[in-house]
Amino acid sequence: MAVLATLDSGSRAAARGWSDLAIRNAFILPTIAFLIVFNIFPLIYSLGFSFTEYRVSLQKPAEFVGLQNYADLLSDPAIWRSFTTTAQYVIVSVGGQMIVGFGLALLLNRPFKFKGLVTTLLMLPMMLSPAVVGLFWKLLYDPSWGPINYALGIGKFEWLSNRVNALFAVAITDIWMWSPFVMLLSLAGLSAIPKSLYEAAAIDRASWWYTFRRITLPLVSPLLLIALIFRTMEAFKAFDLPFIMSTASVETIAIKLYQMAFQGWDTGRASALAYIVLIVVVCITNIYVKYLNRAKER
Amino acid sequence: MAEIELRHIQKYFGAVHVIRDVNLTIRDREFVVLLGPSGCGKTTTLRAIAGLEEISSGEILIDGKPVQNLHASERDIAFVFQLYALYPHLSVFENIAFPLKATGMAKAEVDRSVMAIADALAIHHLLSLRPSALSGGDMQRVAIGRALVRRPKALLLDEPIGALDAKLREDMRVELKRLHLENGSTSIYVTHDQVEAMSLADRIVVMHDGILQQVGTPSEVYLRPANLFVAQFIGSPVMNIAEASITSSGGKVAVELDGESFAMPHDLVGMLVEKNADRISLGVRPEGVLLSHEEKAGYRPVEAHIIQPYGPFDIVDLRVGSQTLRARTHTGFVEKAGERVWARIDPAQAHFFDTASGNSLEIRLSE
Repeated sequence: MAVLATLDSGSRAAARGWSDLAIRNAFILPTIAFLIVFNIFPLIYSLGFSFTEYRVSLQKPAEFVGLQNYADLLSDPAIWRSFTTTAQYVIVSVGGQMIVGFGLALLLNRPFKFKGLVTTLLMLPMMLSPAVVGLFWKLLYDPSWGPINYALGIGKFEWLSNRVNALFAVAITDIWMWSPFVMLLSLAGLSAIPKSLYEAAAIDRASWWYTFRRITLPLVSPLLLIALIFRTMEAFKAFDLPFIMSTASVETIAIKLYQMAFQGWDTGRASALAYIVLIVVVCITNIYVKYLNRAKER
Repeated sequence: MAEIELRHIQKYFGAVHVIRDVNLTIRDREFVVLLGPSGCGKTTTLRAIAGLEEISSGEILIDGKPVQNLHASERDIAFVFQLYALYPHLSVFENIAFPLKATGMAKAEVDRSVMAIADALAIHHLLSLRPSALSGGDMQRVAIGRALVRRPKALLLDEPIGALDAKLREDMRVELKRLHLENGSTSIYVTHDQVEAMSLADRIVVMHDGILQQVGTPSEVYLRPANLFVAQFIGSPVMNIAEASITSSGGKVAVELDGESFAMPHDLVGMLVEKNADRISLGVRPEGVLLSHEEKAGYRPVEAHIIQPYGPFDIVDLRVGSQTLRARTHTGFVEKAGERVWARIDPAQAHFFDTASGNSLEIRLSE
């Protein structure tokens, strides 16, 4: 039916004098135009800025300085501190999401009553706006009357004021929000493993742990890696939650970038920093993709 | 090596009664084939023995010990799945080694065992490959290797060669028989293919609608089918079955099919009276319909109307009233459709069934 429908509309378009090529272009060109204006042009334009001394706030033309911005940034301890914070945040937050998300998927990967409803409810956090999540977790963490301190019975514990606590607090919020994403991908991977393999493993007298290690994990690993790639990329760029919850304490690289570009108005240097972040993300992703390809070959 | 016993096995899937009071003893080193059409409960029975399916009631004993409450991994039974269920991410070597490594066998011992099995199955050259690189026949060999490598008490096979093409099926059949002779493990084999069943089994268990229809050697189920279902399920082309009446006049006994009568020995009448069946069905395999080109005593004229050459023999459909009687002849015996020949039903190969119950009347006539 679908094929017939396509043929039909194709022939109708042809009757109007449109060739297949013209139809294809009509679909693609608007998107390409949009991408050029909003993605590719700024990408190249900012690459140009990254080699200049330029402030958007001043009425002065950009002044070419070569690699000066990059050299300055890479020798700036504050930048390195920011990178370290980001790395710590990525490890804690993505690590937590992988464990919680995959764990939930393992629990959900069996038939039980209201499975669909439970799965949907578990996915609610990632459907919320990060700004809203940040705001209400900030309330939850409040030292004087926040329910978290009350529930844990730890008095007036300061979650968001010092660097270490705040890093964990924001990461926990991120884990709460994004574990469902890992869960969803893991669940897709787990349910794709044929039941007969588990039956074969039972017949082969494999223990639960052996089966998990030798069957479940290897077969679900490509999807786990995809989840890992997405979450790492996102966490590396973390801005919304730290910005709303604890700008001063969790100074991720994205926050640093924001401060440089839109508070300090140091456009040239901010462009250079943006490029450094881009390169790092591309490198990390490439490492993962390499593992992913290896996992998929199996 | 093991003896397996099923006692009053019942299994329901929801409201569906899939296995109905199955009782069966499989002797040590025996090769038993569960045969039946799809949906007859044979695979469920096999999976229940393996522990992959829970039974609703009854007892499963392996070497006298009840195992129905044990997990599959505790029954020490190997299982060959219909679609192989090889671990796709592991090499052939790792697949075969899996059951050994899973139970913590030392590496040297694992290597030795896998090599020995690879020798027996002639799959040495495949050991480093992934299952996706194998042909159907090779996948099946690997699956069998994985099952045999740990010398299980019993080997269960669920339509193991059903997915292969005809030529390969034949080869694998021979190979399975050879492996059984060499290993001697108690084997239960599920199939819907009667040729496989006949050629492999020490005993065939015919199942239908979750009920055991007949248990016997291949020749028993072929030569003395217990009921109409077994009679028609076993044998190809299928047995001729028709409702018949017996006439006796002037000392001559005959069986009448749709107005055409075929001579039968005298003893038949006495035997039938004893059985006291209201309506009778006559069954005769195509090879039990004897043909002649000229008129002979006891033969009656019939018309051939369809001839199917099979190679070593022909199957000829004869018109008997409004019914068809299928005969097996030498190749080319009847040259063309429409030819008139003389036919007789061999009393020694005639089967009589109670039409109402379908059960065999156990009447055996001699020539």
